[in-house]
Amino acid sequence: MYPKELKYTDDHEWIRVENGKAYVGLTHYAQEQLGDVVFVELPDVGEEFEMGDSFGVVESVKTVSDLFMPVAGKIVEINEGMEDSPEAVNEDPYGEGWIVAIEIEDKGQLDQLMDSEAYQKTLE
Amino acid sequence: MTSKTPLYERHVELGGKVVDFAGYKLPVQYAGIIEEHKAVRNGVGVFDVSHMGEFEFKGPQALEAVQKLIANNAAKLKVNQVLYTPMCYPDGGVVDDLLVYRLGEDRFLFVVNAANLDKDWKWVQENTKEFDAEIENQSQKTGQIALQGPRAQELLQKIYDRDLDNIKFFWLDAEGKIAGRDCIVSRTGYTGEDGFEIYAPNEAIVEIFDAIWETGKEFNLQPCGLGARDTLRFEAGLPLYGHELSPEINPLEARLKIFVDLEKDDFIGRDALLEVREKGVERRIAGIEMKDKGIPRQGYPVEVDGEEVGFVTSGTFSPTLEKNLGIVMVKKEFAQTGSNLNIRIRKRLLEAEVVKLPFYKRR
Repeated sequence: MYPKELKYTDDHEWIRVENGKAYVGLTHYAQEQLGDVVFVELPDVGEEFEMGDSFGVVESVKTVSDLFMPVAGKIVEINEGMEDSPEAVNEDPYGEGWIVAIEIEDKGQLDQLMDSEAYQKTLE
Repeated sequence: MTSKTPLYERHVELGGKVVDFAGYKLPVQYAGIIEEHKAVRNGVGVFDVSHMGEFEFKGPQALEAVQKLIANNAAKLKVNQVLYTPMCYPDGGVVDDLLVYRLGEDRFLFVVNAANLDKDWKWVQENTKEFDAEIENQSQKTGQIALQGPRAQELLQKIYDRDLDNIKFFWLDAEGKIAGRDCIVSRTGYTGEDGFEIYAPNEAIVEIFDAIWETGKEFNLQPCGLGARDTLRFEAGLPLYGHELSPEINPLEARLKIFVDLEKDDFIGRDALLEVREKGVERRIAGIEMKDKGIPRQGYPVEVDGEEVGFVTSGTFSPTLEKNLGIVMVKKEFAQTGSNLNIRIRKRLLEAEVVKLPFYKRR
């Protein structure tokens, strides 16, 4: 449910650092709370955000929620698959359901995030 | 304070995600809104709607009292017939929309929205003092189940002891039993599908639910929550109080002309509505389909050529049509089918087109 190799935020995003960039998505808990995701509003590649900034919006049938940057950075890739298959956020939140990839501005900020165990504690 | 409906334990047992709604703990979903929605369109779904309010009118002047309160004409109802109607303020704004059941010559039942229950009860009491009629608020002791979908009749017939073919659309039967329990069954609903609504005292409604659930297994009966109830009514173009109806919106603006009988003797709001009819409405409800990617939501502004011409009253992804659709209240010159509108969704201005309501009609 909460892979060990990821870092987590209070806002229920995960981040995974891979080959110099970092993928960002929503956790299993978040997708369960949202219900059927039907639309994701993505930022443009090249946009820069501070840690905690809203970079997009995820909509389920009934709800509209902001997406927040786990750490400061620049958008280097967006998941084009979200346009036609936003349900990937529900079905495969840590795989096909990734939302953006970013270039992290300050790797030190990762230390402020939670590991899997700490995140799961916040859900209890 | 939040109350539990008599079926609360069932929601928990069946895995419902329970939320607070209009003072009640009710499931917003079980399997997921889209799955529940599709089950009702294609098979059969069951909803706990015990939160709805019920007022019974009895006595020699019950009809007169009802007639003063509602905009539609209850005198035209035969015994066992059901009517949909707005209930208006003197200025034509809407107190609530409701169903009126004629249970006898001098006996009527109002079924009102849970969110308006206290306000409605006060309104009904204040405005019926002059009549020789006894009005009782039965909301707390009455449970209600909606069984909806093309297979609803087939399922219900297995446990209902009278012929459901005899209950036509917007008629009721108060003489049948389910699981040995007396109940009122009407062919009504809020989904755009065939289906029934079943009323019984709290203690009986649990047994009735259990009988429906047990029998429902062979029909893949889907328990449904408030989420699917909303998307289903939305596709069917049925108004929801607080969205398409409010004290600031009159029924003629809300496409409810056929539920307002201005030829009837006086009722609260009649003078104001006569004036609206004479002058014509300045704005009205219309359906929209998004051309750009985005979901219209309640309160988003509607614009034409940079000018604000209205607002979104409801909007969602439509599970049946798989499109992003909305209902808007706009100046009437922009409400024609085919009109192009812009919807302001956060920072963006997106293209939409006016389409016919309802979005979905059953075959």
